Amino acid sequence: MTDLPTDLTRATAAGLADALASGAISSVEVTQAHLDRIVAVDGQVHSYLHVDGAGALAQARSVDDRRRAGETLGALAGVPIAVKDVMTTKGLPTTCGSRILEGWVPPYDATVVTKLRQAGLPILGKTNMDEFAMGSSTEHSAYGPSHNPWDLDRIPGGSGGGSSSVLASFQAPLATGTDTGGSIRQPAAVTATVGTKPTYGGVSRYGLVALASSLDQAGPCGRTVLDTALLHAVMGGHDPMDSTSIDAPVPPVVEAARAADVRGMRIGVVKELGGEGYQPGVRARFDESVALLQELGAEVVEVSCPNFEYALAAYYLILPSEASSNLAKFDAMRYGMRVQPDGVDAPSAEQVMAATRDAGFGPEVKRRIILGTYALSSGYYDAYYGSAQKVRALIAQDFASAYDKVDVLVSPTAPTTAFKLGDKLEDPMAMYLNDIATIPANLAGVPGMSIPSGLADEDGLPAGIQILAPATKDERLYSVGAALEAALVDRWGGPILDRAPELGVAAAAKGA
Amino acid sequence: MTTVATDAVMDYDEAMRKFDPVMGLEVHVELHTATKMFCGCPTEFGAEPNSQVCPVCLGLPGALPVVNEKAVESAIRIGLALNCEIAEWCRFARKNYFYPDMPKNFQTSQYDEPIAFEGHLDVELEDGSTYRVEIERAHMEEDTGKSLHIGGATGRIHGADHSLVDYNRAGIPLIEIVTKPMVGAGERAPEVAKAYVSALRELLRALDVSDVKMEQGSMRCDANVSLRPHVGDPLSEEQLAVPLGTRTETKNVNSLRSVERAVRYEISRHAAILDGGGSILQETRHWHEDTGITTSGRVKSDAEDYRYFPEPDLVPVAPTRETVDALRGTLPEPPGLRRKRLQSDWGYSDLEMRDVVNAGAVELIEETVAAGASAAAARKWWLGEPSRRANAEGQDIVTYAAGLGLTPAHVAELDGLVASGRLNDSMARQVLDGVLAGEGTPTAVADARGLELVQDDGALEAAVDKVIEANPDVAAKIRDGKVAAAGALIGQVMKEMKGQADAGKARELILAKLQ
Repeated sequence: MTDLPTDLTRATAAGLADALASGAISSVEVTQAHLDRIVAVDGQVHSYLHVDGAGALAQARSVDDRRRAGETLGALAGVPIAVKDVMTTKGLPTTCGSRILEGWVPPYDATVVTKLRQAGLPILGKTNMDEFAMGSSTEHSAYGPSHNPWDLDRIPGGSGGGSSSVLASFQAPLATGTDTGGSIRQPAAVTATVGTKPTYGGVSRYGLVALASSLDQAGPCGRTVLDTALLHAVMGGHDPMDSTSIDAPVPPVVEAARAADVRGMRIGVVKELGGEGYQPGVRARFDESVALLQELGAEVVEVSCPNFEYALAAYYLILPSEASSNLAKFDAMRYGMRVQPDGVDAPSAEQVMAATRDAGFGPEVKRRIILGTYALSSGYYDAYYGSAQKVRALIAQDFASAYDKVDVLVSPTAPTTAFKLGDKLEDPMAMYLNDIATIPANLAGVPGMSIPSGLADEDGLPAGIQILAPATKDERLYSVGAALEAALVDRWGGPILDRAPELGVAAAAKGA
Repeated sequence: MTTVATDAVMDYDEAMRKFDPVMGLEVHVELHTATKMFCGCPTEFGAEPNSQVCPVCLGLPGALPVVNEKAVESAIRIGLALNCEIAEWCRFARKNYFYPDMPKNFQTSQYDEPIAFEGHLDVELEDGSTYRVEIERAHMEEDTGKSLHIGGATGRIHGADHSLVDYNRAGIPLIEIVTKPMVGAGERAPEVAKAYVSALRELLRALDVSDVKMEQGSMRCDANVSLRPHVGDPLSEEQLAVPLGTRTETKNVNSLRSVERAVRYEISRHAAILDGGGSILQETRHWHEDTGITTSGRVKSDAEDYRYFPEPDLVPVAPTRETVDALRGTLPEPPGLRRKRLQSDWGYSDLEMRDVVNAGAVELIEETVAAGASAAAARKWWLGEPSRRANAEGQDIVTYAAGLGLTPAHVAELDGLVASGRLNDSMARQVLDGVLAGEGTPTAVADARGLELVQDDGALEAAVDKVIEANPDVAAKIRDGKVAAAGALIGQVMKEMKGQADAGKARELILAKLQ
C-alpha cells in the first residue's frame, strides 16, 4: 500500500478505499476535498452539470457512521464518485445534456445508481455529456462543452467528456460512463484516463436514458486500471429489471487487475484499425505499447477483421433508427420542457409536441432522429436497417474468428489526440470518424477498454490503446490493461496525469 | 349533439343481390393477468386514474420493459385453442406513432413474428350450420392509456377544450386476434361476424385468460368490411375469384349486437356508394351505438408508416416444445364439444340448446342445475323474464343478472318452491319479479308477498262447485266428453281463488264432478 498524497484528490480510488477502511481518513474529508476542488477548477473545465455537495456529504457521513458502528462495507465505501447525467438519480436533476429535460428530477434511481448508493459511494454530482450521448466532444451539450484539462482549448472526448475531464482534473477519483460507440473509451484516450465498456448486458441499462438500446452499455471510468476494476465490480451484475442483462456473476475483474499478468496470452493487432487516418504520434505510442506487451510475455500476432470497414456505416443506420424511436417519448406531455407554439391560440397536443421538440432538441439530435426515421421507413427498411443488421452479424463473425486465434485484440482507441473545440463541429462525418476504432465492439457486444499509451510527439497530448476481449471475458481487459499500465508507468517514472498542466486554481476561485 | 350528415344506405336485400360482402375482424383482448405486460403494476379495472403506474408503464426516460411470463402463457394457450401454430422463436416490435395516451410514443407489439399464426375457429350459426373462420394470427402487445376529452360536443378529441389521460390502462397485456378475409358468408355476413365474436368470447372465457367484458373494453372488436360485385353463389368459384373491394375499418364495436349491426350497416352504406358509381374511401369509421350508424374517422393512407423494427429492449420469446405441450394440456374442453355434452346431459332439443347458447345462458344453466334445479326448469326460468328484460336493456344475460343480483342459486331455489308445491307457475313468476326488483331471495319474496298455494281442499271444492253452477252450458259439454272445455272453468276457479290454487288439482276436481 502506497502512502496517501497530502492532496486527497490526487489519490487513487484504491488508495482512498484502503485509507478509509483503516480509519486513516473519513469519507467526509475525502468528499469535502473533492467538493473544494470542484469549486476551484470546474469553472474552467465545466465537467459538472449539477453538483450535489449536501447530498454527497450526507452520504459520506452515513458511510462514516456505519463504519464506526462496525458494519462491513463494500470495497469502495466512502470513495466519492461523479455520475454521467444520462443515468437517472432520484431527487437529482437528470438532463442528458439536453434542454428538453431541463428541470426534470427523476422519481427513481437507475440500477447502477442504486448499486453505487448501496456500496456507499457519495455522489458528487452529474457530469456533462453530448446531448443524449450523441457526439465525441461534449460540444453537443446544450449546457456548453467541457474542456480537456491537458489543454483547455481542446475537447475532452465525448459523449462522456464530463466524466473524463472530471477524472483528469482530479474533481473525482471515479466516474460512471456509457458507451454506445466509444463514449467511455474515446474520452479516456484523449484525457489519459481509463475507461471500460463492459460486455453488452454486463451492467444494467435500467435507468440509463437510452440512446440506442442494442448498443448502449454503462461502464466504469477511473485513473488507474485497478480503480476501474473496483468500480466495474460495483456496477456490474444481473438486473431483473433489464431483460438484456446477463444472468451471471461479474467476471473476476479486480483479481485480474491485481494479478496484472499477460504471460502466455495471445494478443491480436487488428490490421484494419491503425493505418490511414491515424496520427503518427498515436500510432507510435501504440506500437511501443504492443512491443511492451511482448516483452511482458505475451505473444503478438496480426489479425484481420475485414468487415470492420463497414462498421461506421452500419452503426450510423442502427443507432439513429433506435434513437429516433427511443427519443419519441420526449413530447412535453408528461415531463420536461413544454413549449407553446408561436401564434397559435389553442394549440393541439401535436402542435405542442412539435414546438417542444423543435426548441428542446439540438441540431445533432435532430439530425439523427431524421436519419433514423428515414432508415426505418417502409420501403427503405430493408436497404438500410436490414442491411446494417447483416453487417452487424458479419462484424460479430469477424470477432468470433479473431478470438479463435487470440485471447484479446488491440488497436489505438481513437485515431487522433484531442482536437480543438469547434474544429469538427460543422463536419459531422469528421466527428463520427473519431469512433472508427471503438464502434465495432458495440456492434458485436464485446467488452473494450482504453488506457493511456503515452503522449503523442507532435502535440504532447494523450493517446490511448484499446483492448478488446470476447463477450463475458471482461477480466482479460484488466489482465492486459494492468500489466501494460504498470510497465508504462514504470517507463514514465510516474502516473501520466502528473504531466498534465496545473489548472489555474486561483483564477478559477476568482471566477467562482 | 352536433348533427352528423347521414350517409345513404341501400336496402340490405337489394345490396345482397348486387354485392358479395367480405369481412375481416380484429379482436383485442385484455388479459386478466395480475400485473401489466412489461412491469409489475396491477391491472384492476376502475381504479383512481393514474394510481396504477410506474416508471416503466409511464415511459419515463431510462425505464425498461420486462415480459410478463404469465401473459406469454396466456397468448400461447389462446393460440393453441384457436388451432394455431406457435412460433418457436419470435420477437416484439415497436410500432412507432405519436399520441398522448401512448407513454413512449411507440407501442410494444409484434409485427412479422406473431406468437401464434395460421389457425381456425369453427363457429356454429343459428341454424346449426358451421362456418370456419380462418385465423391469420394472434399476437401480444400492450394497451395504451385512456384519453378523456373534456368539453366539445361529441366527447371526441375534435372540438374538445382539453384532454385528460389515465395511464392505468397503459401496459395492460393485450392479445390481438386477426382473421383472414372471411369470404363466402353472403347475406349471413353480419350473423357470422356476431357468431364469431360470440364464439371467441366463449372460448376466451373458458380459457380463463380475460374478463372478456365488451362493455368495459376488455374485449374490443374492429370490423373490416368490403364489397365486391355479386356474380354467383357466395361459395362459388366465380364469386371467390372476384378481387376484394376497398375496405373500411369500423373501430371499437363493443357489443355482440353492435358487431352484427355495424357490419350490416357498412354493407348497406358501401352498396349505396358503389351502386351510385362512387368508390369507397379506405378509412377508419366510428360506430355510433345510439343511432346505429358509422361516421368517418381518419383516412388510412399509404402515408401511415409505423416504422416497425424489432424491440431491442426485449429478448426473443422462444417457448420450448415442452412448454407448449404442457400448456396444451391445460386447455379446457372446447366450447363446441362441451355444448354437445351439456345438451345430452340436459336432454335439450337442438332448438332449445341453440336458444340457450344464443341467450348466453349456458354457464348460468349449468350452475343452476348444479344448485339442484332440473335442466328443464333452469332453461325455462333463465330464458323467460330475465332474458327478455336483458334483451330490452341491450345487455347480455350474465351481466344483466349480475347487475340485479339474480344468481343461479336463486333460480334453483325458485324451482324448488314450485317442485315442493308451495308455488304454482304464475306465483313463481311473481316471485321472480320480486327477486328482480331486489326484494330478496325467492323464499323471502314469497313470504313477504304472502304467496302460497292454498292447500285447503274444502275452499277449492267450494270454488269449483260455484263455477260449475254458474256455467251450466260448459259443464254440459264436459259431461258430453269435451274435456278440453275444462280449461275455461279452471281459469274461473283460479280467479275465485285469487290465483292461489293449484290448477292441476282444480282440473282433477272439475273432471271428477262432471264425469
